[in-house]
Amino acid sequence: MYEKDGEKYFVIDGHTHFWDASPANWVPGQEQYAKGWIECFHAYQSLGPPETHWPIEQFQKYSEEMMMQHLFDEGHVDVAIFQPTYLKQWYKTGFNTTETNAALAQRHPGRFVVNASWDPRAGEDGLKEFEDKVARWGCKGVKLYTAEWRGDSRGWSLKSPESARYLEKCQELGVKNIHVHKGPTIWPLDKDAFDVADIDFAATNFPELNFIVEHVGLPRIEDFCFMATQEPNVYAGLAVVIGALMHARPRFFAKVMGELMFWLGEDKLIFGADYAIWEPRWQVEGFVDWQMPTDAEFADYAQLTTQAKKKILGLNAARLYDIKVPAELDLPVPAGPEGAEPLAAPASASA
Amino acid sequence: MSVIRTTTGRDASLTAAVWSALHQVRDPELDEAVTDLGFVAACRVSDSGEAVVRLRLPTYFCAPNFAFLMVADAFDAVAAVPGVRQAQVVLEDHFASKEINGGIAARAGFVQSFDGQAVAELDELRADFLRKAVMAGTDRVCRPLLAAGATADELAGLTLGEIPATVERERLRSRRAELGLPAGDGDPLLVDPATGSPIEVRALPLHLRRARTTRVGVDANSGVCRGLLQQRYPHLRTEEKVR
Repeated sequence: MYEKDGEKYFVIDGHTHFWDASPANWVPGQEQYAKGWIECFHAYQSLGPPETHWPIEQFQKYSEEMMMQHLFDEGHVDVAIFQPTYLKQWYKTGFNTTETNAALAQRHPGRFVVNASWDPRAGEDGLKEFEDKVARWGCKGVKLYTAEWRGDSRGWSLKSPESARYLEKCQELGVKNIHVHKGPTIWPLDKDAFDVADIDFAATNFPELNFIVEHVGLPRIEDFCFMATQEPNVYAGLAVVIGALMHARPRFFAKVMGELMFWLGEDKLIFGADYAIWEPRWQVEGFVDWQMPTDAEFADYAQLTTQAKKKILGLNAARLYDIKVPAELDLPVPAGPEGAEPLAAPASASA
Repeated sequence: MSVIRTTTGRDASLTAAVWSALHQVRDPELDEAVTDLGFVAACRVSDSGEAVVRLRLPTYFCAPNFAFLMVADAFDAVAAVPGVRQAQVVLEDHFASKEINGGIAARAGFVQSFDGQAVAELDELRADFLRKAVMAGTDRVCRPLLAAGATADELAGLTLGEIPATVERERLRSRRAELGLPAGDGDPLLVDPATGSPIEVRALPLHLRRARTTRVGVDANSGVCRGLLQQRYPHLRTEEKVR
């Protein structure tokens, strides 16, 4: 919980990791990729405030104690959602797996939501494995990385029939939150790997599932916005948007927020600190303090209200994940027909 | 910006010519010159006309298809400079350096360079991003007109030749011409980047909105890329450019 100027914010960090990218975990023969991956992440950290930068050794592998301190003692986070990234081709025990995440989560009841993951190229065995993970940890969401390497393959698409089978399984198991993270490779390699058309396709075919597009489709923010505005079940994960832009490129950050508010609106944006790329503290505090600049260049864009910030920082994710929000941190019940729509009301109730 | 630009002797103008050829090479995603982005790590031309260019990118995992386009374009641009007898262009510090550099040296296309991973050359990818450049350029050109009091209806009636002659207008014109879209002074200011048809008045508000969002997206990417490049190669100095 974060309190500022008499306002209280329930904070859900929608995108966190507990990874091991230390050299001891690099797969022999794949060292250059394992090293390249973590160095790339580390470079992103440099876009945050200098006092939050870590040395590479600490960044490669950090302790549970440090994570708990950064998220909950200092970072104002109430609940954090683990988003796994396996990368077993490069990291012996995986980069950041559901297994590792869940082991940590079990030691801190109530603090974490544990998401699973799947890869449509894993076929029937993968489907069974996914089902087991959901049964074991009660997962309500998955994190998908379409650029993951597997053997000679450099990625996959949500349009494939194999993906549809896994999405059907998600629907069947009540795993309703599908976080999608795009990366630089895919099959075939001549297509734009960051294209969000496959998410559009899946979101249309699976209206009961929620699709949270991580880093708002960056570097395809515009395609993401044009797609998301047409799909009621598509959300924007703000990981990277706040971390990479709010400090380093504040004017671009303002414009991106303005676009997201215009095309998607305050009910569709989900905060995520993307730990350990960035610590949540400066992001939460900075975002609460942040306001749209008032000069002419930004005249197209609406100001962000306190209510909008509350939704983005936690209440929207609470709704997707059925996380109970303490009454004093929730939005007040609207006064009447003229009031704001109740946050969690089904569409039929507000008609 | 500490880029190595050297010539070993008599012909400094040849090095300058190679550099200005590289200035015509753009990052297709960001629609900016590789020279302005800091992607040229070194450019050397020997007395005998051998040009060696080294390129670098913001991350080890930058998308390989865009990287390939930049290296191929740089090779073509450098090789075409009169006086250059042999050109070598290499990409450094990238996960696919081997495939890309090998492919460029062998004058192989993308499909052959990435055997089994690609099914087509990159013309369609390039065209997709030129269309984005047209949309972003539309915002750059129209925003000052709207700020000066023009109405959306008025914009719909304007031709390219009727708006002030600015660098941004010429940039937009050149991207349209590359796509084969109408680009003459008598052609409409606002066209659909997919078809070249004029934008009707009723479709104009949405068109301008999309143009603005596209520009914000490209500018934000450019900002992130510059920041990452600076971190990766700390001797580089870049500054935030808000256009």
